[in-house]
Amino acid sequence: MAVSRREFLKLMAGAGAAGAAVAAGAPTRAEAHDFTGNPDRYGVLCDTSLCIGCRSCEGACNVANNLPKPVDKAQAFENLKVLDTKRRMDHAHFTVVNKFAKAETGRAETFVKQQCMHCDEPACFAACLAKAFTKTPEGPVVYASDHCIGCRYCMQACPFYVPTYEYQDAFTPRVRKCTMCYDRVKAGGIPACVETCPQEALIFGKRDDLLKIARRRLDAENSGYVDHIFGEKEVGGTCWMYISKVPFDKLAFHTEVGIEALPRLTYGYLATIPVLHVGLPVLLAGFYVITRGIGKASKDEEAHK
Amino acid sequence: MNGQAITAVDEKTSWFRDKILMGKTVGEYVRSLVTPFNVIAAMILAVGLPVMAYRFWKGLGASTHLSDINPWGLWLGFDMFFGVAVATGGFVMVVGVYLFGRKDYKPMVRPAILTGFLGYFFAIMGLAIDLGRYWALPLPFYYFGTASVLFLVAEHLCLYLMIQFIEFLPAVVEWLNLKKIRAWLDKIHIGAVILGSVLVMGHQSALGAMFLLMPTRLHPLWYSTFIPYLFFVSCLYGGIAMLIIESMISHNVFGYQLKGQEHSEAHMNDLTIGLAKAAAFCLFAYFALMTLSLARGLAHGDFTMNTLMHTGYGWWKWFEIGFGVVLPMFLYAYAVRGNNAGLARAGSIVAVLGVMINRFNVVMVGLNWNAPVRYFPSWMEIMGSLTLATIGVCVFKWIVNRMPVLYRLPDFPDVDH
Repeated sequence: MAVSRREFLKLMAGAGAAGAAVAAGAPTRAEAHDFTGNPDRYGVLCDTSLCIGCRSCEGACNVANNLPKPVDKAQAFENLKVLDTKRRMDHAHFTVVNKFAKAETGRAETFVKQQCMHCDEPACFAACLAKAFTKTPEGPVVYASDHCIGCRYCMQACPFYVPTYEYQDAFTPRVRKCTMCYDRVKAGGIPACVETCPQEALIFGKRDDLLKIARRRLDAENSGYVDHIFGEKEVGGTCWMYISKVPFDKLAFHTEVGIEALPRLTYGYLATIPVLHVGLPVLLAGFYVITRGIGKASKDEEAHK
Repeated sequence: MNGQAITAVDEKTSWFRDKILMGKTVGEYVRSLVTPFNVIAAMILAVGLPVMAYRFWKGLGASTHLSDINPWGLWLGFDMFFGVAVATGGFVMVVGVYLFGRKDYKPMVRPAILTGFLGYFFAIMGLAIDLGRYWALPLPFYYFGTASVLFLVAEHLCLYLMIQFIEFLPAVVEWLNLKKIRAWLDKIHIGAVILGSVLVMGHQSALGAMFLLMPTRLHPLWYSTFIPYLFFVSCLYGGIAMLIIESMISHNVFGYQLKGQEHSEAHMNDLTIGLAKAAAFCLFAYFALMTLSLARGLAHGDFTMNTLMHTGYGWWKWFEIGFGVVLPMFLYAYAVRGNNAGLARAGSIVAVLGVMINRFNVVMVGLNWNAPVRYFPSWMEIMGSLTLATIGVCVFKWIVNRMPVLYRLPDFPDVDH
């Protein structure tokens, strides 16, 4: 195992060159650590005070994503009786609108559209061991079923309980969730739900612009809005954002999520792994070297006696 | 010509009879299978195997109570998180014997490795029936999702399964009388031990670290920044406790194999007491870590004293610690002080139950605690887990009946590593 001086120098020169190559193309520490996302990424602002609960966004979503059609009239998107019970997304519904009655909100009757929030630092992405999730530069968080092994860690990690699953499918179940109509956005279009909304309760645009619009509405005199943009800072920021005239906790928002991006909670642990991988074998080999004589030594002594 | 052919056939038959049928004729062997244990196992499998077939044919929706809100259930909670946590006996033994120089534990190494290997193997089987796309299981190693803690778990589980196979292989090649391969295995043995130990520390803590992503979905009494280390320390005493239980049962069931071997009843009791001592220390470390974790949670305001004292979750947490940690810790301590191997065995059963309660609390009770719909396993899920455990015990029996696991063959003396 002896390494000659020449070999050693060659090795070091190689290492140095590799280091320099990495350094040349690498961002500075500040750029890497404080990256706040693509400044041109898109988002949607949902003004719950404008939503009338017509469910046309649900219908448009169904068509745009080729989801299973409603089985009967009771399920039809024109049927507003559906709003009498609280629903959540499932594999056939990437978005649902829920009604919160006056009695629940303490103020006006309010409708809330629910779908994937498209986090800037998604927990589903950090959960996936096969890179099935991508945070696209345009903003949408998308899923690729051809990467998926079906462990459902993404579903369990999502702080908003968004991803749904095709449990009825025995062989090729997929995780299903809103894609923010990524294909349409990429082609210069806008999400189907935004396009169809008759109230302009949904606005599609660059996230930075949406924040300005939201702030203007909140700051207008006697606006009546709660002074909070849900999604501006939640879990590190999301591309879907909400403003409301009713406190968010009365509208079943996940107000408990906090502002820290969830993937960061695992960074500290993950950073210990390389140290463990390199340091432990050395330590354990040391134990082996120290203790390997134990059985033998006593045998030798016995032989001497 | 003819005569030779007959001899060859004879040799083949006798090899089969010798190695597979344990020296019996087919008729004798089949008759010998009718034992109370086998009858019960057969009844479980008679229900369980069709249930599994149903799961693969009809899907998770038809066979489980999993939902969009509760995507994880018993198959992960029991088979993966609990199964892996108590399958570390092999790791504890090889580290003790080959790295820390406790050569007196050598008789326990092989059964421990076999328990560990099968524990991991059937944990992965449990995962396979739980995965929606089980046929895509190798994909992570193609896409390399290294940002995920779960990738670490998958990588380490996979490598460690291979390592345990290599560690157990000497018993297989001795059974098949392959001297050359045995000599080669001796050479790579210590490397496998060291690499395996690193992997265990990695994936046991990583199984806990998976929950770091869920600060709101996991109940604050169970969510802790310490959770990777809590999982690791509990797997140490979980593995030791399982090992004590396994050796207790093995010595009752396979006692006939041990005639003329060096480990007598008294020797076995000594080893059990020694393990109990180690387990008591690990339990104490775990108790200290858990106390610190709770103190930290209180100080940070993750939960209040009220959560701990006046909610069902709080009481359940007390029970988890009192019954699952403190009780076995004292049982072990008294067992060591009174040199009472029986008490150590009782403590082991409580300790293993304690680990199970903890993992169930994390994966099923504490997880999604504030969701509108709670999870309870379907009968098919319970049957599936029971079936896998039964198959595991049967395979263990099959191997111990044939291979030199509890005893050593005279042709293959133990090599000093």
